[in-house]
Amino acid sequence: MAILSLRGASKSFGALKVTDDVSFDLAPGEALGIIGPNGAGKSTLFNLITGNLRPDAGRVFLDGRDVTTETPMQRCASGIGRSFQIPQPFDHLSVYENLLVAARFGGGLSASAAPDACMDILRRTGLAQVADRKAGGLPLLSRKRLELARAMATQPRVILLDEIAGGLTDGECGELVATIRAIHAEGTAIIWIEHVLHALTAVVSRLMVLNFGKMLMIGAPDAVMAAPQVREIYLGIEA
Amino acid sequence: MRQKLTIPLFLALLAVMALVPLIGSRALVQELFMVLCLLVLALNWNMLAGFAGLMSVGQQLFVGVGGYAMFAAVILWGMDPLAGVLIGGVTAAAISVPVAFFAFRLNGAYFAIGTWAVADIARLAFGQWKALGGGTGTSLPKGAAQDMAGVVPIRALLDVSKAAAVDVMTYWLALALAAVMLAASWVFLRSRMGLGLQAVRDNPVAARSVGVDPTRLKALVFVLTAFGTGLAGGLIFIQIGRISPDAAFSLLDWTAFVIFVVVIGGIGTLPGPVIGVLVFYALEQLLADYGTVYLIVLGLIGIAVMLFARRGLWGTFLSRSGFDPLPLGHSAPKSAT
Repeated sequence: MAILSLRGASKSFGALKVTDDVSFDLAPGEALGIIGPNGAGKSTLFNLITGNLRPDAGRVFLDGRDVTTETPMQRCASGIGRSFQIPQPFDHLSVYENLLVAARFGGGLSASAAPDACMDILRRTGLAQVADRKAGGLPLLSRKRLELARAMATQPRVILLDEIAGGLTDGECGELVATIRAIHAEGTAIIWIEHVLHALTAVVSRLMVLNFGKMLMIGAPDAVMAAPQVREIYLGIEA
Repeated sequence: MRQKLTIPLFLALLAVMALVPLIGSRALVQELFMVLCLLVLALNWNMLAGFAGLMSVGQQLFVGVGGYAMFAAVILWGMDPLAGVLIGGVTAAAISVPVAFFAFRLNGAYFAIGTWAVADIARLAFGQWKALGGGTGTSLPKGAAQDMAGVVPIRALLDVSKAAAVDVMTYWLALALAAVMLAASWVFLRSRMGLGLQAVRDNPVAARSVGVDPTRLKALVFVLTAFGTGLAGGLIFIQIGRISPDAAFSLLDWTAFVIFVVVIGGIGTLPGPVIGVLVFYALEQLLADYGTVYLIVLGLIGIAVMLFARRGLWGTFLSRSGFDPLPLGHSAPKSAT
């Protein structure tokens, strides 16, 4: 059974249809990439999955259970973790506390289990040295890492990553890919929105292309990237 | 580790305060009683507005309900005033549930006005309670406070009049209430709930995404602070001995002064209300002879602090010195770094 399914999900802001009849299934432990031009509705799709937005039509299923009317808190507790495209740290809390909140609430970890789990994640994401620094004072790259780390601390079964590789150097990008592959290897399903294609294709086994809110294609990365309509619309290359 | 210094200091201060009735005059005991009650109200309002972001200007509702419930317990049901104080707290907490149900639909300034309106409705409604004197109010029956549990041993201990023993009793209770409230605030803020509350204060959207339910946490704080405020209300009106709707639901006495104390002390910091109440007491002493001018000066100081030291005296001290004797944070496990 699919861990996460969308059925005919649609969302409009006024006259603009930002998500238009999107349906797909995510298998447990699968890694799915999402690409599409700016404004294609990628982040909105995430908001529909996490419950930050309610779809106008269509349903969202988690483990086959209809969660369309559930709150973000409930879905997080059921195993959906997310990172935000624009980092949203808890500024006045330390980096460690940012993770601790996520582990104690969304992750449901006990007071005795949470600290070690958080430190483990901080080490894996390269944030251990700044654990006691206030999150509000971090530079942008560390904030992006914190987004990933905090999402991991909620102990997700599906993790949604929103453009966390943008702006990284090649070396940093390689580290990030290694971290994400490790998360994937532990059995966590991943949906990753990314413009940095080589990072994305190093992890995902399936690729979805969104354009004007519609799902243009979904399939094996090679096949999708080779498809003429994708090359034309997404890459702006004449087929 | 800094707590190692703070806790003995706190206990020493508590001991000194507890000894005041042995040394000081009765007038001083009465004065400090009101200061301590103001501190209890300030600690509660700070938790509500400073940590949960609920800018209520209707906390006089819970003071009034606490006071009236205590009076009802004594006059109508013939109970000990101390049991009445407890009933006051419980009643205030019970009333806060339906109030939250309506007020939580409002945000920011609308929430502030909504809570104020509810408190004023209560003032008018309690004026209809004929058994407790209606609009003109009533007094505690003669001797009710003096028959209170604890008064006899205090008389024996200190060798004072019955009335003075009542003052000492209420003073010690207010001191205990303030100390417990301060300790409970600290424990609460360092708990899982407190951590969630601080996350919500920083970023409600992200907090929801990591599983924190802001409404639930805020509702919890609203009910708990209503309980604390109701207890203070019950205690205050034992000491005053007389209640009326205007006195019980006074915006100025039970909310405006409290806001002043918290704002100048440092809103959203734990020691803030303590500092604020000290400043307030000092100003009261200095300006006692100037009547209305006193209120004008208080207002001006409040405005000045809001403009030039937005985090209050304690908040400014914190950011200048970086020394926090009451850290609310959780440091990362050391073995791991």
